[in-house]
Amino acid sequence: MDLVGNTPMIEITRALTLARGQRIFAKAEWANPGGSVKDRAAARMILEGERSGRLTKEKIILDATSGNTGIAYACIAAARGYRLRLCVPENISPERKSILAALGAEVIYTSGQDGSDGAILEARRRFESAPAKYFYPDQYGNDDNWRAHFHSTGPEIWKQTRGRITHFVATVGTGGTLMGAGRFLKKQNPAVRVIAVEPDSPFHGLEGMKHMAAAIVPKIYDLKFADETMYVSTEAAHESIRKVARTEGLLVGLSSGAALAAAESVANRIARDRKPAVIVTVFPDNADKYLTERFWKES
Amino acid sequence: MAATFLIPTVLRTHTGNRESVTIEGKTVGEALESLVKAHPGLKPHIMTEAGKLRSFVNVFVNEDDIRQKGNLKAPVKSGDEISIVPSIAGG
Repeated sequence: MDLVGNTPMIEITRALTLARGQRIFAKAEWANPGGSVKDRAAARMILEGERSGRLTKEKIILDATSGNTGIAYACIAAARGYRLRLCVPENISPERKSILAALGAEVIYTSGQDGSDGAILEARRRFESAPAKYFYPDQYGNDDNWRAHFHSTGPEIWKQTRGRITHFVATVGTGGTLMGAGRFLKKQNPAVRVIAVEPDSPFHGLEGMKHMAAAIVPKIYDLKFADETMYVSTEAAHESIRKVARTEGLLVGLSSGAALAAAESVANRIARDRKPAVIVTVFPDNADKYLTERFWKES
Repeated sequence: MAATFLIPTVLRTHTGNRESVTIEGKTVGEALESLVKAHPGLKPHIMTEAGKLRSFVNVFVNEDDIRQKGNLKAPVKSGDEISIVPSIAGG
């Protein structure tokens, strides 16, 4: 647990053509022990479960996930001696399935046709049928999810930019990163603009992200919080990923690609007004779990 | 040859909330063409303007990924189930 957080911040320079005065930084969240940003929320939700007495050794930890939160839970459950049961859409990448199996998680696969909402409904159904049997953190509705970012990601960004951040750009799945870090940053400086990034269509290839207009909106996600929402196509995210790989030597994941594509648009827009900006985004994971995807072979 | 397309939940707004649509076609390409002709709202979600499958869209005939079966030329028999599988979303 001590290894979670305090991730490096990387400046993206070679992959983008930015106007003078525009700078883009990204938190390298794959540096967390479970390989993604989700370690932060999972660790806090489990620790708070223990502290409040709701999580005991007899309980099975149960939640719905599209992968990374599941991997984070699986690492923590293994290290702390808990049983773990995850509801996961069957169409997550094969690499994620292998990691969950290797960590000993019990996985219930739900229909790929129903996406992550199908997994959420299955987890709710199981919990409601036997509430005493489970500890159900419910990452989509648990305030400790966004609080993890209020107490770690947000303060790290503030410190690493020495308070010079002007824009915070974050992709949304549960909305935890955006809500938590966003609230902290706005508390330090109300002028910081918070920008949410969603897939441009409900049918997309951006694992971990949600098109809110066509999904179960997570309870912790306040649709009115962000100053604006940007929509990124799967193809634009792929393009950013290939660019970062080939010019920066960084292999980043799908939502990282979407985050960068959005950050770049923000920078270009601000440059038209001839204003300087320090834009910070979060790269939720790296490409380890997506190397079998076809988009690497496209131009 | 009538095959059945299973429509992902998030795209059912384009099929009048129908979970499945029966379509004629000898190949996946033909069946897809008929599908998007009958339900034009589906097209931009599944195909590029050039009429190719978008790169993250997976199509299965029964259990088989068409990319291993000749892609859009993959044969379709009467009674086959064709699924369009989205990448997943959300945490």
